Amino acid sequence: MQLMGIELLLKGNNFLRMLSGLWVAVRISLVSVILSIGLGLIVGALMTVQNKVIKTVMRLYLEIVRIMPQMVLLFIVYFGTTRVFGINIEAELSAIIVFTFWGTAEMGDLVRGALISIPRHQYESAEALGLSKLQTYLYVILPQTLRRLIPLSINLITRMIKTTSLVMMIGIVEVLKVTQQIIEANRRTSPNAAFGMFATVFMMYFIVCWPISLLSKHLEKRWSDR
Amino acid sequence: MKKRFLTKIVSGISAVVLATGALTGCGSSDSSTTTANNADEQVSESVDTTENTDTAEETSANYRTLDEIKESGVINIGVFSDKSPFGYVDENGDYQGYDVYLAERIGEDLGVEINYVSTEAASRIEYLQTGKVDIILANFTVTEERAEEVDFALPYMNVALGVISHDDNVVTSLDDLTEDDEIIVISGTTAETYLEKEYPDIKLQKYDAYAEAKTAFENRNGIAWANDNTEVIAFSIENEGYEVGIPSLGSADTIAPAVTKGNETLLDWLNEELVSLGNENFFHADYEATLLETYGSEYEDTLVIENTELP
Repeated sequence: MQLMGIELLLKGNNFLRMLSGLWVAVRISLVSVILSIGLGLIVGALMTVQNKVIKTVMRLYLEIVRIMPQMVLLFIVYFGTTRVFGINIEAELSAIIVFTFWGTAEMGDLVRGALISIPRHQYESAEALGLSKLQTYLYVILPQTLRRLIPLSINLITRMIKTTSLVMMIGIVEVLKVTQQIIEANRRTSPNAAFGMFATVFMMYFIVCWPISLLSKHLEKRWSDR
Repeated sequence: MKKRFLTKIVSGISAVVLATGALTGCGSSDSSTTTANNADEQVSESVDTTENTDTAEETSANYRTLDEIKESGVINIGVFSDKSPFGYVDENGDYQGYDVYLAERIGEDLGVEINYVSTEAASRIEYLQTGKVDIILANFTVTEERAEEVDFALPYMNVALGVISHDDNVVTSLDDLTEDDEIIVISGTTAETYLEKEYPDIKLQKYDAYAEAKTAFENRNGIAWANDNTEVIAFSIENEGYEVGIPSLGSADTIAPAVTKGNETLLDWLNEELVSLGNENFFHADYEATLLETYGSEYEDTLVIENTELP
């Protein structure tokens, strides 16, 4: 009791189970984040297009993602598709679809913001130098956009990692669920384990998110020197 | 065709949205459940309009029959993974508990491997309706509303409400309470709904979380605490100085295995299994293996149900 539950980590495979739960959470968010960044760059570029139809579609997409709680999205993809179309999507794939769907919209909006914040004269100067449209994007606009994007997208990525705890609703056992299982299984012998166990989860999330934030600082500094 | 496809999507999405809404608002689910039902009807209507072959496909995709389960060699059973001592995971990562003890036996008698699916209270019906699990064994209380959505087999446990008090002032009947006596309840539980309906004159002290209610009760903020009887019995055994004055209150509910609505073959097999298990006093053995430590032998016959005949 003095240890407030930390001793449970040493019982059986508990610590290993928590780590593998953490890996599940990280795996889902990692795949979703990579897909979101790639797709988000495209969606963000599309959001700046002046075409009315594309604009409306993108607007609608962003609004849907913002309005719908992620849990509802998870239920729609995991249970809804089976109910309506009879398609059986694996739980983990459903989670990746939902997080990518969400991340792409948010990322796209960040990209859009970064793109329109690039001053007009950058485009004009590039054109004056005789760069093609593609070259302008590749060598002038994109590098500047990326630099502006980093702090914003780090915020999104860490948010996504933390939101993965929702996937327990569709039966995926990730780190938070493992923790609840351990606390409940030992409710009688260590009734005060919750504090120590959740503190451990806090440390785990911190250890995952902190390097990302360090990397972003490093990139920001390196890219601003140039 | 296109229009039908659209209505399918729209009604499907609204069904899920409404169902989620109904699930998150557990307490007052009456009105929202009916709307979810309406949405479900819309879905089935739009399914009905499709060709016969189509309908056959839809229904067969809904659940797996007994033979299909046996053929695949694996049965998917939805259990709780964090509700000790009914369904939980031990330090080696193995599923344990009263519900799991039964699940293990079912797998053994069917001659198939068991794939445990960790379910949450709110998603149990959804899992069955989409056929993502074959059986739910997750402390599933039989209610009329639920029986319209899923098929329950014979029950294997009793649940009721219980009232616990300090052992120097034991409440044995709710009719003896004076005007100043307050009863502690946790918001959104069956205890709250029951007392509000049946004893509108009793003053209730409502707490959102278990831990808050526990502290309030220990500090004598109220004369007694009403909750599921399994909860209060466990509390009185774990802590000194308390007594369960009313061990069984209100409508006696039961806990039963559930299968997807219409899965006759599996349901029939389960009922026969439960009767043959009842004849060998299986659930007493189950109780002694999993619940005895928490509830003591005193409540064994109150909690356990052995089935001796088919419904």
